[in-house]
Amino acid sequence: MNFFIALIEPIVFILSAPLFAGWVKMMKCHLQNRRAPSLLQPYRELAKLFHKRPVLAEHASWLFELAPYIVFVAGVLAAAVVPFIAVHLPTASIADVIALTGFLALARFFLILAGMDVGTAFGGMGSSREAMIASLSEPALLMAVFVLAMSADTTNLASAIDYVLDSGLVLRPSFLFALAGMALVAVAETGRVPVDNPATHLELTMIHEAMVLEYSGRYLALIEWAGQIRLMLYSVLIANIFAPWGIAETLTPIALFIGSVSILVKLMFIGVALAVAETLFAKMRVFRVQDFLGFAYLLSLLGMLSHIILEVG
Amino acid sequence: MSLFLAYLSIICSFLSGVLALLSANKHWLKIFMNRIHMYTSGTSVAMACLTEHTNQIQLHRIVFGLLILSGGSAIFGGLLALLSGQILVDQLPFGLPWMTWHIRLDSLSGFFLVVVGLGVLAASIYAPGYVREYNNDRHPFWLLGACTSFFIVGMEGVLLANDAFFFVIAWEIMSVSSYFLVAFQHDHAANRRAAFLYLLMAVIGGVSIILGFGVLAKFTHTFDFDSFRTTLLTPFWGTVAFLLGLLGFGMKAGLVPVHAWLPEAHPVAPSHISALMSGVMLKVAIYGLIRFSFDLLGDIHWQWGFLVLILGTLSAVSGILYALQQNHIKRLLAYSSIENIGVIAMGIGLSMIFLGKGHSELAVIGLLAALYHVLNHSVFKNLLFLIAGSILHQTHESNFEHMGGLIRRMPKTAVLALIGSVAISALPPLNGFVSEWLTFQAALQASSLESALLRSLIPVTAAVLAFTGATAAATFAKFYGIAFLGQPRSKHVAHAREVTSPGMLLGPAILAVLCILLGIFPTLVVRMIEPIAQLLVGRTLPSASEEGWLWLTPGASSVASYSALYVLLGLSLAGWAIQKFVRRISDSPVRRESPWDCGFGELDTTMQYTSTAFSQPFRRIFQPFFECDTHIENAKTSPMVAVHYQLTISDRSWKSLYLPIEHGIEALARWVAYLQAGNIRTYLAYSFLTLLLLLGVVSG
Repeated sequence: MNFFIALIEPIVFILSAPLFAGWVKMMKCHLQNRRAPSLLQPYRELAKLFHKRPVLAEHASWLFELAPYIVFVAGVLAAAVVPFIAVHLPTASIADVIALTGFLALARFFLILAGMDVGTAFGGMGSSREAMIASLSEPALLMAVFVLAMSADTTNLASAIDYVLDSGLVLRPSFLFALAGMALVAVAETGRVPVDNPATHLELTMIHEAMVLEYSGRYLALIEWAGQIRLMLYSVLIANIFAPWGIAETLTPIALFIGSVSILVKLMFIGVALAVAETLFAKMRVFRVQDFLGFAYLLSLLGMLSHIILEVG
Repeated sequence: MSLFLAYLSIICSFLSGVLALLSANKHWLKIFMNRIHMYTSGTSVAMACLTEHTNQIQLHRIVFGLLILSGGSAIFGGLLALLSGQILVDQLPFGLPWMTWHIRLDSLSGFFLVVVGLGVLAASIYAPGYVREYNNDRHPFWLLGACTSFFIVGMEGVLLANDAFFFVIAWEIMSVSSYFLVAFQHDHAANRRAAFLYLLMAVIGGVSIILGFGVLAKFTHTFDFDSFRTTLLTPFWGTVAFLLGLLGFGMKAGLVPVHAWLPEAHPVAPSHISALMSGVMLKVAIYGLIRFSFDLLGDIHWQWGFLVLILGTLSAVSGILYALQQNHIKRLLAYSSIENIGVIAMGIGLSMIFLGKGHSELAVIGLLAALYHVLNHSVFKNLLFLIAGSILHQTHESNFEHMGGLIRRMPKTAVLALIGSVAISALPPLNGFVSEWLTFQAALQASSLESALLRSLIPVTAAVLAFTGATAAATFAKFYGIAFLGQPRSKHVAHAREVTSPGMLLGPAILAVLCILLGIFPTLVVRMIEPIAQLLVGRTLPSASEEGWLWLTPGASSVASYSALYVLLGLSLAGWAIQKFVRRISDSPVRRESPWDCGFGELDTTMQYTSTAFSQPFRRIFQPFFECDTHIENAKTSPMVAVHYQLTISDRSWKSLYLPIEHGIEALARWVAYLQAGNIRTYLAYSFLTLLLLLGVVSG
């Protein structure tokens, strides 16, 4: 039973990832007085891409064809590790939160390589900028994670969520700072405004899109889908670490139902928040990103310090 | 048995060196080869048949074959010592009459013997194909072979030494023979300069180590390590000895700020020697540091650990930032070694802090993380240096700006290079990730320390480690992306061929397989190196494998767990499923077209992103770190024909640390020069005054 749910959960996760992307897009359209596409639009786009005949650059190597699969698979594995509907699944202990960032880094590494494979200026530019953002966001992300890990004395996500659930509703300044830091990192890592704009194809402003410019057909579909999984992953991570209430602690049908509803509500809320943020802010220059991520690091560091000063002893 | 294998390894290596030396004389070489042929084929081959060329190749085979034997027996001997957990001691009748050489093989030396053996094995499988192209007149083989062998003898001697006298002799053999290897291609002035710098810093480091032993010997009155172990120093003298040892060993290991020789010296040696220097010799220095502080000094103060942690963090971050900026393939790897030594030092520092604060169960995690990283780094750095050697050998190009597209020209090498790049970037499921993960786990245990300073500072160093990891990924994305992907940026790279000698693939392939195995079976490795923790810290880490061999759990299993095999299983399962799924929906064959050129027409290879461009964002963000000198020529002429852009990035430590010292010494020398007026009467006056002074001392 455990293993069955552990197998089903990531499948539900990856299948609902496009839905979440559609929800964010819908909210954004409403906020910007545009007519929103259907919630199912991301699925249609994926289906379209999967069915199209792929066109690759003439001297693209095998690595170029392999990279989308690795990017996608790393995303799936990360999705399997993050507690989504239920906490105590056997998959959760395969990897802790540090290994989770490792999976995301693995995906990014291959995407960066893929960007450099064809040998156009766009790909290299996107890769170089993505590498820069990754280097800056990783310490901020891990600092936020350390706040959690040092309070809960664990890096296992399931144990950490248990800890938050057990300690009940208490105001922890350290968690608030860490939440803010992690949210900023999530924006940068998923390539959203103000760091990157997923909707643009203007050459000079692209980061993520520049890297994947040469992809088409099923390869592009895999990459797009992996991007949606990544967005949902960060949202679920933030939702379930900082507000885990409602998540299924036992594997009874009722608990699972409550768990699904609660994560749905949380994700809807996060989607709205993301859409509001994307509407309020404009995309920033590439070389302002270090200030943005430096701020994220500072917030997480403040979380760490306030944990040490206020909450210990 | 293990000691016998260790001796066998040294003897093989020594024999190989002697043989190489003998071959300096062509006449002896001929006689020797003839004998060999007589024994192997049973018939005497006419001397004339043996041309000089075949002789050379035969000689290479025998010399490197002996080294392979040496590496193999070092691995087995080390493994036996590690697994049996016994301490073997011996005395050899060499050295001074009243002080014979003491030998000791315990689990710590055994582990490092394995590290040395692996490096030697891979490098000597690789080397015959690589050295074939050296011109024997300008770069004589006898020198290369002899120095390589004595270098290995020196390193193994350091690992086996059990008294300060033998230790220092072996250490100096290692330093001096590696000096000749660095200076091997001495026709470039830059190489001679690098070699001299290396020698200079090796001398300073050596003196510092001797002084460190001297402090210990002052208390024990012998040079025997056994008596060092039992004697406790006062805290002050202990710290003095530790600082001297840290300076000496840190200098050899390449810790910032005494790293300056490393990025100069490692790249100029022949590639398999660079692999040995970066992958193995630095580890011998780490061995020295661990042996000196944990074993000989014993009583560890947490302040020492703090210092080592800070130095390690500094090395890690500056090493990787400089590595990313390099355009020379081997310099990039050399700077990355500084980073990895920094990561190892962070583990050692954490372990010392925990030990000094009385948390020996946590100290074990830090120590094991450091040792695991020692093994990992030696494997993937050897691998990458050998790959760099293959690129150099096939394209005669060491500058990234002229590379590109090698994945099509050298497909097998490209696969091996990819494994090495993923491993060194600390990405799961390969080995680099495991040791970095363990280091993170050690750092996160900081919450059990009482001092608020340490509790807040250690997570910051861990965040720096995260930055280092991500930047390492960027560095090796550049390494792989620029060299192997994209389009060739020069003609000779466009016509490069895959390596032909099987050894040049086999050597790296062994290491690549190890990268995977060490990543997938971390618990077994931790089990294996646990006896070292028992030896040095006095306890093991029973929790590490309490959940079975599949799970790595340094603390309790609810604290942190990682199962590399399940990760790999999950990856392949998901990969298989998605591949099936995609094939079901769309099976249409791929159409090949030219890449997107914005409608402007033909793209050419100069329009690709360059290596310098790739690292530009980092250069801009971390500007204060670098000493950048940009030089643009012809930018203003119209019509614009060509623009020459030259960027030189130099190490900040030169200006801020080394040049002031150099100037200080020069000023001192000038001041001393006043004494030497060149006038005989003044000299006579000096002698007279000295005599008076001495008489005064004697009579008073």
